[in-house]
Amino acid sequence: MPKTIAAADRYKAGVLEYKQMGYWVPDYEPKDTDLICLFRITPQAGVDPEEAAAAVAGESSTATWTVVWTDRLTACELYRAKAYRVDRVPNTEDQYFAYIAYDLDLFEPGSIANMTASIIGNVFGFKALKCLRLEDMRIPVAYLKTFQGPATGIVVERERLEKYGRPLLGATTKPKLGLSGRNYGRVVYEALKGGLDFTKDDENINSQPFMHWRDRFLYCMEAVNRAQACGGEVKGHYLNVTAATMEDMYERAEFAKGLGSVIVMIDLVVGYTAIQSMAKWARGNDMILHLHRAGHGTYTRQKTHGVSFRVIGKWMRMAGVDHLHAGTVVGKLEGDPRMIAGIYDVLRETRNPVNLEHGIFFDQDWASLNKVMPVASGGIHAGQMHQLVHYLGEDVVLQFGGGTIGHPMGIEAGATANRVALETMILARNEGRDYLNEGPEILKQAARSCKPLQAALDTWKDITFNYESTDTPDFVPVATAVA
Amino acid sequence: MRITQGTFSFLPELTDEQIRKQVKYCLDNDYAVSIEHTDDPHPRNTYWEMWGLPMFDLKDPAGVLMEINECRKAHPENYIRVGAFDSERGTESMRISFIVNRPAQEPGFYLERTEGDGRAIRYTTHSYTKMK
Repeated sequence: MPKTIAAADRYKAGVLEYKQMGYWVPDYEPKDTDLICLFRITPQAGVDPEEAAAAVAGESSTATWTVVWTDRLTACELYRAKAYRVDRVPNTEDQYFAYIAYDLDLFEPGSIANMTASIIGNVFGFKALKCLRLEDMRIPVAYLKTFQGPATGIVVERERLEKYGRPLLGATTKPKLGLSGRNYGRVVYEALKGGLDFTKDDENINSQPFMHWRDRFLYCMEAVNRAQACGGEVKGHYLNVTAATMEDMYERAEFAKGLGSVIVMIDLVVGYTAIQSMAKWARGNDMILHLHRAGHGTYTRQKTHGVSFRVIGKWMRMAGVDHLHAGTVVGKLEGDPRMIAGIYDVLRETRNPVNLEHGIFFDQDWASLNKVMPVASGGIHAGQMHQLVHYLGEDVVLQFGGGTIGHPMGIEAGATANRVALETMILARNEGRDYLNEGPEILKQAARSCKPLQAALDTWKDITFNYESTDTPDFVPVATAVA
Repeated sequence: MRITQGTFSFLPELTDEQIRKQVKYCLDNDYAVSIEHTDDPHPRNTYWEMWGLPMFDLKDPAGVLMEINECRKAHPENYIRVGAFDSERGTESMRISFIVNRPAQEPGFYLERTEGDGRAIRYTTHSYTKMK
């Protein structure tokens, strides 16, 4: 227990330990309206973990490095964040989980920018810590209710598209860069006609010398409408409206709407405020909003420093996007199955119970905020369909870029192979078959009446990406640790 | 052409036995199964004609199959779809929807383009069935 000190001493000019300043309150019971953060802290050698936790609480709320008498003009005890629990991270020597509670009044209603300016503001550069990672966050219902949430949500997206009971299928146009608008639209048309629900601009396709945005939008919407008339099925192309300014983004989004697009897209690098602005625009214009997580790997991937993608997922659900790239488990990008499951839970469930294996440290009630559709993209192909359905479930967009466009019989055949593989697997799952184990056999059977699927299976039969994940759970099923 | 709406439109037509298994899956999950039909499968035609109410209290897939066959008899040249509704909080929507009957010749759609400002185009999808 920290020493209690009289106010006169507490506010004497000079430097105090953060613990003594009131940022370490081990008997604190978080209120239902508190925002709670779980940080992984790695203190510098010789720094007491409780002091380090108190310092994080202080630096992410009211503290500065020295005592200030002006604290006494405020209800400062309320505004101080309170570190109330520190646990050694299992199987580590120098890492600790620090639980810190923040009062609701520290944050502006409905503003991700304001919330993050506190929580991940100065504190991440704080010298007394070697590393700092925000692992999880419990957002109180009272604060959630000040956010719009996903503009459309999984349920209404499916109703608008009239597509139920199976994952949606997409593909990113390849090559990422260099195609003219006219050639680009050809890829879109072939892929959608072949059976995909969506095609997609890549994150770095905006308005470059080889293809300006209006050309891309015009040719893509010609392709979308043609494909839609071919099968009588709603189709979409994620038109990336990411641009240098909000004014440019609104102009591009309005143009997409005028051409009848059901969906537009932005990149995470546009920033939290721009994302919230586009979510508001999407809600007001019956538009689905796709978010590509470009840039996240710079701060989500390393276990000891940064912000876990679970937390980014929570913030994006609050900010109001409808789609978010969230990992594939089996593809070419980072992803331990349990960590990916945790991210999917955060996006899709109405309530997340504590699940340490999935990296979920807090009960989180989502307060009726819409659900976000996760997107699985990067190095996946039709031959993995049983695994994809098993790990990722039904409410997900499976994006086969190379796995569609690189098909030996062409783009349309590539799309058909993916769609047939998917429908076959869902049919088998619903029939109660052990589709995870029988998957390869189920696909082989289906390929007998579908040449494109046979060709896909032959081409990519042995392609897997077996590398160890860097972001892995600290708690394995046998662990008895409790949060 | 072939309408590709529904969960299983890229597979060969489902047999009655396959349909029965899908219906069983729906009933096992406590979804309410419904049958709807139309002669106009326009992608924005949300409300097909209901073949009776959703079968909320039905437990036996055979009952649904009987209704499907009754509907096929009455509307052999219409599209017929089976849907399953999940009333659980957070969903309260369809969980699956698949076509179980199609006309022998599917008329399809044509795309009308109206030129707008600059190179912008307004697209309208028309059902050929509605033009007869």
